[in-house]
Amino acid sequence: MNPTNNPTFADQQSSSDVVGKPLVRVDGRAKVMGAAVYSAEHNQLPDLAHAVIKTSDVAKGRITGFDDSAAKRIPGVLGIFTHLNLPPLAQTPSTSEGKKKIALAMQMSFTPLTSDQIFYAGQPVAIVVADTLEHAQHAAALLKVSVVAETPVVSYRDTQAKLFTPTEGAAAQVPAKRGDAQAAFSNAPVQLTLTCQHATNHHNPMEPGATIAHWEAADRVTVYDTTQAIASTHKALYVMLGLPPDNVRVVTKFLGGGFGSKLTMWPHTVLTAQVAKAVGRPVKLVLTRPQMFTSMGHREDQQQTLRLGATKEGKLLALLHEKISTTSPWDNYAEMNSKIVHMLYACPNFDASVKLARANVMTSTYMRGPGEAPGSFAIECAMDDLAYQVGLDPIAIRLLNHADKDPGTGKPWSSKSLKQCYERGAELFGWGKRNPKNGATRQGNKLVGWGMASGSYPVHDAQGNARVRLYADGHALVQAAATDLGTGTYTIITQVAADSLGIAPENVYFELGDSALPTTAMSGGSRAAGTVSSSVFLAAQDVWQKLIKLAIADQHSPVYKAKPADVEAVKGRLQLKADSTKGEAFITLMQRIGLDDLEGVATGHYGSSYESPEATLNTPQAKKDDAASHSMHSFSAHFCEVEVDTELGTVHVTRWVSVVAAGRILNSMTARSQVIGGSIFGIGAALMEGTVRDPHLARYTNASLADYHVCVHADIPEMTVAFIDEEDRYINAMGVKGLGEVSIVGTSAAVSNAIFHAIGHRLTSLPITPDKVLKALRKTQ
Amino acid sequence: MNDFHYAKASTAKEAADLMNDQPGAVYLAGATTLLDLMKANLAAPPLLIDINTLPFKGIEQTKDGLRIGTMERMSTVGENPLVVQEFPAVSQSLLLAASAQLRNMASIGGNLLQRTRCGYFRDAAFPCNKRQPGSGCPALTGDNHNMAILGTSERCITTSYPGDLAVALLAFDAVLILQNQKGKQRQVPINEFYLLPGDTPHRENVLEAGELIVAVLIPTATHAQHSTYLKVRERTSYAYALASAAVGLDVQNGIIRSARVALGGVGAQPWRSPAAEKVLTGAPANRATFQDAASAALQNAKPRSENAFKIELAQNTLVRALETVANA
Repeated sequence: MNPTNNPTFADQQSSSDVVGKPLVRVDGRAKVMGAAVYSAEHNQLPDLAHAVIKTSDVAKGRITGFDDSAAKRIPGVLGIFTHLNLPPLAQTPSTSEGKKKIALAMQMSFTPLTSDQIFYAGQPVAIVVADTLEHAQHAAALLKVSVVAETPVVSYRDTQAKLFTPTEGAAAQVPAKRGDAQAAFSNAPVQLTLTCQHATNHHNPMEPGATIAHWEAADRVTVYDTTQAIASTHKALYVMLGLPPDNVRVVTKFLGGGFGSKLTMWPHTVLTAQVAKAVGRPVKLVLTRPQMFTSMGHREDQQQTLRLGATKEGKLLALLHEKISTTSPWDNYAEMNSKIVHMLYACPNFDASVKLARANVMTSTYMRGPGEAPGSFAIECAMDDLAYQVGLDPIAIRLLNHADKDPGTGKPWSSKSLKQCYERGAELFGWGKRNPKNGATRQGNKLVGWGMASGSYPVHDAQGNARVRLYADGHALVQAAATDLGTGTYTIITQVAADSLGIAPENVYFELGDSALPTTAMSGGSRAAGTVSSSVFLAAQDVWQKLIKLAIADQHSPVYKAKPADVEAVKGRLQLKADSTKGEAFITLMQRIGLDDLEGVATGHYGSSYESPEATLNTPQAKKDDAASHSMHSFSAHFCEVEVDTELGTVHVTRWVSVVAAGRILNSMTARSQVIGGSIFGIGAALMEGTVRDPHLARYTNASLADYHVCVHADIPEMTVAFIDEEDRYINAMGVKGLGEVSIVGTSAAVSNAIFHAIGHRLTSLPITPDKVLKALRKTQ
Repeated sequence: MNDFHYAKASTAKEAADLMNDQPGAVYLAGATTLLDLMKANLAAPPLLIDINTLPFKGIEQTKDGLRIGTMERMSTVGENPLVVQEFPAVSQSLLLAASAQLRNMASIGGNLLQRTRCGYFRDAAFPCNKRQPGSGCPALTGDNHNMAILGTSERCITTSYPGDLAVALLAFDAVLILQNQKGKQRQVPINEFYLLPGDTPHRENVLEAGELIVAVLIPTATHAQHSTYLKVRERTSYAYALASAAVGLDVQNGIIRSARVALGGVGAQPWRSPAAEKVLTGAPANRATFQDAASAALQNAKPRSENAFKIELAQNTLVRALETVANA
């Protein structure tokens, strides 16, 4: 039953009703023991060769030639590929036809090694293949590239930058305006303007981008890739390589994080397939850590200005959001910060705009909580300011402006427990004891501050297929082409399958990460948990319906001749709804009738495409209640205590509470870890993460894990996480909303709000490093 | 990264002979700096001479101080009870540096020879006068947020030694014992070991070709026993100092009899401040004195576009460190 090189699961706790319980990661043991095979570790392939990418030193210019005389002499070199000799692709996203076919499967439409033009520092200009990694590295180092350099544009802040309003692309998808925000703002008794700056951020997953391409025949390739989205990578590859879909297989069994960097395919993946074909051997490419800063996107550097108008009492009248950010020479990408500004609070007037500047950088991309993470920083810092301005507690101002319906669409929420998040969070944090005055709590050299913020993330529409094969010996094979970022997909789906089939989790074998399996949603935009769990649940129902048909036709069955609708499956038993003693275990039935296994399939819908059971009743009320008429979001509240050293400018987070309402929680342990991870991500963005491009050469000056600071353990206090139980019938069959994004949204604002409470200064330029804190404090002196 | 050869030397003479036979060869101790540089194509030595088995080891009490063999690891020295007791600032400088993994590998000798973290130096795609004399210094008008403000030149403004240990050793008058290829030893006070960039930022110290640092001597002193190392950085661990201070005070009846002050993170090299020590010596051990000392220490600071904050930060760091020692 194990056709691929899959993990063996261990450490399973055996009990029934496992959904929601803290089941130990089913793949944990394999990972700890080194048995989990990551994408770069399929080393069993015959004659596996190694590729190393040579990148551009300069950010703009033209390649005038290559000198490979020294590189060629390195033993074992199999090929040195540049735009001059790399066999062309059948299709690229640079053409309008290719862009249409590849659609969202690639974030960047530029394809390197197709011309002599250089658009960004770190752009691949050559790829060297050799028999060993060492030979490939050595040859790549010796390859000389001659370039005529030009002056690059560095960012939207560059004096050379030309700002424009995008009319197409992701950056043009601004939420619709409502009312007359400008007029309402001008007339508002309380007016507030907040300008926030965000440094470029990089995802920096532990596992770098990596690809192994293995051509099994001239027209058939298997690609082991670090992707969060099997279907996208599969599509991008077969279109670009000009192959029938069935001739390309994409495999991703384990991921060491991604945070969005592995959500769309980047050029190195297809380059590996191209050179593997050219040298006639399987080829492995692993991006180096410095290359990770110029190969898989980033969160763009940006500035947002939020103008907020309110009544004297603090009721919102107007929200005007403007964003300016850097994009690449080809694509109009900007994360849409204004989405959350648009929906988080009841406000009659709203307007938003986005301006871009093209610069010599690669295309930026989704990064945990894309749009909502920085957008929540603006709105939640502004709400905090408003609270102080009108003399209300930060929670009170939020309750006053609570959106009982979606302010944009007027639709009711499918479920919303934000008030409960505030209440529970306040209780866990001890918020009631907060000194309302800022800058007033001193402990020695430090000022202490408490801040909070709300978070929210939409339920994005998605769908996915799953296959369940139930065996007569009581175990099951469950399949879907999902991916597990390390966050627990293997585990939660095992739990869902176990409960749906009435068997113990150790009897479930869940296989994911292979385009040969049923297609499903990407691990992105918090789609995976809800989509995959629903499709597996429904596929199990398909199995039961088939078994019920067999049972009622079997004269030895206790439910023989019952109507299908009168029979139900409970904990692996087929029994009469009216009399549960009339029934038997599925194993008994299958063994008696000689059925070795039975397969069920289903498509699970997530979001507005899901039809709730009520809707299928087809009554007017049911139609009204249906999913499509609801707005669907998860919500959260984060509480933070900081200590600010007023002489050294350092900020330490000393306490943290997150409360999240995200529908049904499938595993309380992995869910807690998700929320902790998101919060740490947000604390990092608030206090230390930032990539710096040289202001003249447009090349990163801190492209390493030593110099690009992410939080270390010592930066993080004990964290308290709680969930609000929600039953949501409208979002999907399992009532699951997903946690990946909502866990970061609002977190950076909670930190800034705590700093504001501590020192009485609003810091909105991220990251808030000691120099900025000292500068703000100097204003007090 | 280039192909290279590896040889293990079992005696100092063998190491010297290997070095003589292969131009461009380098010594290998903990390798925590060297391998990084090789991977980034910043160093391409044809031969690595492993000196880990050479007998430059031990942490011994001498009649007037401590003698530390340079093949000892950062973690060993940092946790050594003699070091903790006699030179708390030295111990702290070691244990606040890098990560546990790096401290377990990195040797004391290698630590003293670590290279700058300047992003322009660390990326061969940038010009850098330290790497390629005459190629230029983009940091002057570029990302100089974490660059030095004391002792810099128009050729180089980085903190050439970005670490911590040398700052503490500089404060407490350590002496380095160097041994050349002929086995001859000489003593160099650490305040004469490092070179300011001037017009030759590629020359970082007085070590001669093939010479090894074999031991560090630190004289015992009351101001060394009453010392601390304060490090301010952008995250709580595994980060280089924005500013740091190694200070020691001998205070009797509220008056400072002797004082030692060295700063890290702000000097083109580890920065001893005789001016601050002069202010402190003979003065009452109070905040006003410490603030005067801090002003004196930063008097000649020359900030660039992004790093003026370091003046105030270094002053405050120094005041805090002095207060910590005075109040202990």
